[in-house]
Amino acid sequence: MSIVTVQLGQCGNQIGPEVFHTLCGDARGTHGLCSKEENASYHGACKERFFSEAESGVPVARAVLVDMEPKVISQTLSIAARSGCWKYDDQSHFCQKQGSGNNWANGYSVHGPRNKEVIMNLIQKEVEKCDRLSGFFTIMSMAGGTGSGLGAFVTQCLRDAFPTSFILNHVIWPYGTGEVIVQNYNSVLTLSHLYRSSDALLVHENDVIHKICAQLMHIKQISFRDVNQVIAHQLGSIFQPAYTAEAGSHYSRNPLGDLMETLVPHPEFKMLGLRNIPQMPENSLAYSTFSWPGLIKHLRQMLIANAKMEEGIDWQVRPPCPGSSIPSSHSTNKLLHFNTSIANLVILRGKDTDTVDLGSFRDPSLYTSWLNPQDAFNAWKTPRAFNKYEKSASLVSNSQFLLKPLDDIVGKAWNMFASKAYVHQYTKFGIEEEDFLDSFTALEQVISSYTIL
Amino acid sequence: MTQSVVVQVGQCGNQVGCRFWDLALREHAAVNKKGIYDEALSSFFRNVDTRSAGDGPDIYKGKICSLKARALLIDMEEGVVNEILQGPLRDVFDSKQLITDVSGSGNNWAVGHKLYGCQYRENIVDKLRKTAEHCDCLQCFFIIHSMGGGTGSGLGTFVLNLLEDEFPEVYRFVTSVYPSGEDDVITSPYNSVLAMKELNEHADCVLPIENESLFDIVNKIHQMINSGKLGSTVKQSLVTSSVGTTKTAQEKPFDAMNNIVANLLLNLTSSARFEGSLNMDLNEISMNLVPFPRLHYLVSSLTPLYTLADVNVPTRRLDQMFSDAFSRDHQLIQADPKHSLYLACALLVRGNVQVSDLRRNIERLKPSLHFVSWNQEGWKTGLCSVPPVGHSHSLLALANNTCVKPTFMELKDRFMRLYKKKAHLHHYLQVDGMEQGCFSEAISSLSDLIEEYNELDATKGGPRTDPSRLKIAV
Repeated sequence: MSIVTVQLGQCGNQIGPEVFHTLCGDARGTHGLCSKEENASYHGACKERFFSEAESGVPVARAVLVDMEPKVISQTLSIAARSGCWKYDDQSHFCQKQGSGNNWANGYSVHGPRNKEVIMNLIQKEVEKCDRLSGFFTIMSMAGGTGSGLGAFVTQCLRDAFPTSFILNHVIWPYGTGEVIVQNYNSVLTLSHLYRSSDALLVHENDVIHKICAQLMHIKQISFRDVNQVIAHQLGSIFQPAYTAEAGSHYSRNPLGDLMETLVPHPEFKMLGLRNIPQMPENSLAYSTFSWPGLIKHLRQMLIANAKMEEGIDWQVRPPCPGSSIPSSHSTNKLLHFNTSIANLVILRGKDTDTVDLGSFRDPSLYTSWLNPQDAFNAWKTPRAFNKYEKSASLVSNSQFLLKPLDDIVGKAWNMFASKAYVHQYTKFGIEEEDFLDSFTALEQVISSYTIL
Repeated sequence: MTQSVVVQVGQCGNQVGCRFWDLALREHAAVNKKGIYDEALSSFFRNVDTRSAGDGPDIYKGKICSLKARALLIDMEEGVVNEILQGPLRDVFDSKQLITDVSGSGNNWAVGHKLYGCQYRENIVDKLRKTAEHCDCLQCFFIIHSMGGGTGSGLGTFVLNLLEDEFPEVYRFVTSVYPSGEDDVITSPYNSVLAMKELNEHADCVLPIENESLFDIVNKIHQMINSGKLGSTVKQSLVTSSVGTTKTAQEKPFDAMNNIVANLLLNLTSSARFEGSLNMDLNEISMNLVPFPRLHYLVSSLTPLYTLADVNVPTRRLDQMFSDAFSRDHQLIQADPKHSLYLACALLVRGNVQVSDLRRNIERLKPSLHFVSWNQEGWKTGLCSVPPVGHSHSLLALANNTCVKPTFMELKDRFMRLYKKKAHLHHYLQVDGMEQGCFSEAISSLSDLIEEYNELDATKGGPRTDPSRLKIAV
């Protein structure tokens, strides 16, 4: 089954090509470390998923590029074409001239309706190229105007036009100390609207990825390109084929459906965090070896202690003792430090994955009480190594990972809203104070739901 | 890609404008090696086929034929505009883009605004419409003028009004040169305050500039270059030099100062014209830096003032560039943003600078700056890959900061000193359409603005009580 990617705004159109580059590079790579048949099977499952085969033999990304100003898209198209390994469909992009001015209301209420038909037509064309549609993957930031506002509008349109397809929104959370001054307003409006139409929100925080670039990848002068490449690696590690059922004999063909099924049991809980280990500079790969028990131990502690990367993990945090007489939602230790999960998915790629013991992830104390741990935890595996990493483990988690960042954003936005600063910029384009209040209410609800897990 | 139109009014406006076009051509020439008319060029220039007589059709693609500035040159005296038209830039301006008269406005806002405004209204609207028609997607008008005289101040603000009426959707950025205390025009306080009212009500963003600051900056650069301390490795100043432009003659005294303002405008629009990893368009500037409609005065600073010939910029020098942007003597008005309250701050970096450099410096400088309680992390950032001509990097900082208040308060004081004595008032009142009410309204508008800044300043350093969050029934 195929996934149609929609790249929205500058961020979406800068991350998108890195993702396709990583997927393509991995699929064609020779570092698979597995048997020829395995590799062929993997390759077969890769086909169709994100690319379609053109007559020229160069894979064409199943993507629609949308931006309200032309500079980024034209750059993206030419970079892809120059790579020689893959490209975009020349027709599959849409841009305007003026941009959205970092104004969510402009993106949502003006550009959205005005350009709805053209954009939906482009998406429809991509959908028709698919034999079977798994769903949509949208890439956007929530700080600006196009990705956030127009992105929210497009997601709504997708839901209306394709009620039975899955929609996964990849949302980039901006640096805490500002890329855009009104980023918290834009974020609140985006998240509240996406929550209604989307199936799940997969989040990457710029601050976190920046730290990974600095401390793990040892990059001195970090550019957005570096950040985007780490993001692309992490996304690739969950989107590339894997065996989903224990002792399954063929690669799963429904990546989005599988993800949703395992991770989103309840529509109130849609926030997914992503962790991937190990991460290191490419030239160190050849000199490093890891053991699965070590990786799993780190990954589990990252989950429990809500660590953003494999350095600086707080090993003091422990899950609450089972059988404790205090109901778990009132335990202060749990609230402050321990990260409770609803559902977790671990994806293992590379050597000896069949030997790995994941029992520690099935511990009921990791999870909220209203789900059976058998249902709450899933593991996917493949012996085929990913992106030159001999062993790679990813964790996609529906847990309290994003609770604090979300709370921070809502808090700052509320603080600004109380003074009514910048609100006139939004009312100019049709978003009124009531709309803000609705969004705040919706997100406070989400925060509350995640807090009492 | 969008287009912008520059409207230069009065002597100061036209002199600064002239430098702007010169430096803009230089910048595009440096970037555009193949001579193809591209989108970046089209933001400020039309490409015209001059072979056909009269107004040839615009050429949108292909080789550059003849570039025409998207500009309107307005002056009620002929001297300055004539000089431009006889100078090396004469081909850049279309004769149909000029509006001149003979006798000037006599340093009288009322003459500029009421008399000439009325007289030339239709002509101005007509020419503006024509310029707008040549634009595919007009985003912004830049007005350049001074506040202290008669034409730039009076007619300039009249045009501002017109722009709001005729083109309400298009942004209006005004670069205003404010008179200094020792200004030799006695009535400059009247002219400035009358003009301020118009700026308060009709501009989207105002970039105030003070000659004193420009002068200090020029002096500092001269000292550095002439001190010999830096030896022959010092290149021409980033912000004041006219090297590589059409100016071959000895630079006139105001040229260096005007170059600074011209560079301000170039840097402001660089991210809209050229590519980068984090674009910052003009509508984003207005969106992020104007939290309340009337508080739209932005203090600007350009750094570095000069760069050494090194291509590899050590981190320390890069960080110094950021520190300087916040120092008092790099601001283009006499103000000290560090010791006042920030409502918002934008940093537009050009050249070989990455997001980690930006983040490192924001983290480093943030503790020493005071931000208003509801915008503690109020930073807007932009990264443009194309550096300014002959240099590897530069930074433009725009701050919405209460440090503009002293400038306005002094203006008000100087105004009141004249107004109390009714000095020179009759020159204004004898102009048709001008009455005492105009004066009282203007000073009242200025007082209100100062009061708004006062209220914000009062919150500085006070206890932070965050408003309580919405409660949700569980």
